Amino acid sequence: MATRTKTITEDMPQPNQKRPFSWQRLFLYLLLTLIALLIIVPMLWMLSTSFKPKSEFFLPDIYWIPRTFTWDNYQKLLNNPSLPIGRWFFNSLMVSSVTTLLILIVDSLAGYAYARMEFRGKKIIFGFLLMTLFLPGVMFLIPNFLTISGLGLLNNYAGVILPGLAGVFGVFFMRQFFASLPHDLEEAAYIDGATRIQTFLYIALPLAKPALATLSIITFLASWNDFLWPLLILKDRIMLTLPPGLRTLQGAYTSEYGQMMAGAAITAIPVLILYVLLQRYIVESVQTSGLKE
Amino acid sequence: MATIARATSASRREGGQRKRFDFVPYLFILPHLVFFGIFAAFPFLLGLVISLFEYDILRPEANRFVGTQNYLNLFTSGTVEFPIFWNALINTIEFVLMSVPLLVVIPLAMALLLNTNLTGKNLYRAIYFAPWVLSSAVVGLLGFWIFQSQGGLLNYYLKDLGLFQPRWLSSMPWAWYSILLVTVWWTSGFNMIILLAALQGISASLYEAASIDGANSWQRFRYITIPQLRPVLVFIIITTVISSFNLFAQPMLMTNGGPAQSGGGGSTEPIMLRIYTEGFVRNRMGSSAAMSFVVASVMVMFSYFNFRVFRTKE
Repeated sequence: MATRTKTITEDMPQPNQKRPFSWQRLFLYLLLTLIALLIIVPMLWMLSTSFKPKSEFFLPDIYWIPRTFTWDNYQKLLNNPSLPIGRWFFNSLMVSSVTTLLILIVDSLAGYAYARMEFRGKKIIFGFLLMTLFLPGVMFLIPNFLTISGLGLLNNYAGVILPGLAGVFGVFFMRQFFASLPHDLEEAAYIDGATRIQTFLYIALPLAKPALATLSIITFLASWNDFLWPLLILKDRIMLTLPPGLRTLQGAYTSEYGQMMAGAAITAIPVLILYVLLQRYIVESVQTSGLKE
Repeated sequence: MATIARATSASRREGGQRKRFDFVPYLFILPHLVFFGIFAAFPFLLGLVISLFEYDILRPEANRFVGTQNYLNLFTSGTVEFPIFWNALINTIEFVLMSVPLLVVIPLAMALLLNTNLTGKNLYRAIYFAPWVLSSAVVGLLGFWIFQSQGGLLNYYLKDLGLFQPRWLSSMPWAWYSILLVTVWWTSGFNMIILLAALQGISASLYEAASIDGANSWQRFRYITIPQLRPVLVFIIITTVISSFNLFAQPMLMTNGGPAQSGGGGSTEPIMLRIYTEGFVRNRMGSSAAMSFVVASVMVMFSYFNFRVFRTKE
């Protein structure tokens, strides 16, 4: 490891030259580790609480490792018919997966057309789409709620999923990617007599796998974590996704911190596992797309 | 399929005059455009219309056209809406002014610390970014439990250290500080990785040239790093202003907008929570839509202002 870093340093002179040992570097590591601890501690605290029996919450001393380790909070939560968190988990998974799949289809089709095809009104339509990127989402809250209600989709997963498909970010993102691809392969396909739909499906789309992966990660995370919109649309407890479910959980048991933290852990752990597995990829996705929300 | 193929070959004569209408591109954009129309373009108009009505979804027979009354209520002192709307809007602007500097400076410091060739920096980067993948509901619940005065983590350690232990969630200004701290914890990593990517894109030769000219590290930072980062900083500031404006789940779950104030409205009630309450608890959707349009205008002006200020400077 040491030799590798040394060669890198020699190859690419950096503003901060390295030496075998320096107090400066030790200090830097201490600082970085302190920040890392501040970031990790709340998550560990959540896990620790979720495995504690109720008797340990308010002890005068804090035990990071529960003195009596228990699955009680999870069991109570999973067996409580009025707070069906297992079902919420399934709902979240279903809503996020369907949202992601639909966004991939709709946005890659549109993005491809805006990148590669000429048609009347293209500039105007695309400009119009881009304008809405700058409009705050709050403006759409009431009218979209009324539209969903008018379509009879209140308390229905379609009502949670469909408004997301109006999003412009994915279209823009896919368009940028397709526009960056070289034309050669598609032209070769046309010469061989392929239609545009075939060219899109068999040439362009396979080449777009990295962009599709990025878009699906971002979409899935945003959908899994979405709080306000499902809170408005889903009414029956059995229908909830996890984030609005957590609010119901908090409202139902103001002092059941163990169960609350178990609920938070059940919501957080899948995305954290996903994050650990795909860490580098997720970070790069966010860096390239550079978009929150 | 045959017709599609024919249409395709027609359009391929690039530059040539096309007599037939080429519908294939429209097939590609149609699915998105349909949803865009229903859930973005139409709602924009619908929202404007609703904001001119007294509108209660539960009692449709009572809905009536009130013109600009919903807007006037927000700008006339003495109405029910006036104090609670402005309280929430001012709260939100205060939160934006408190959070945005922190959410730029702290991530920038983190990015600068990581923009070195330290062994293990990718691990640190991964840890710093991790909270961002959590739902705002998880973050709010976590904040609720950590800042609790009874059995909460923070006050336990403050007591241990012999320091003052505020009632974080139920007294001012501590309730704001808790929300602020939780938000910084949650989203700093996002801004950090954007800034880190930008830092890594600055050419090393610039720094070398500066060093040769005898610039010290502060001068290198001031005259190379900051100017080179300017476009990214503009982006970060604008997106952070918008997301701070959208503050919702943390106060809803941690303080529920409280502690209550004598003048009406909660001390930590953000405008999003007020719009939500107005539309879905008080069931006054016309008024809520009017509020959201006023707030949206403020947000657009804020972004535009930021854009101008940070762009035109040099």
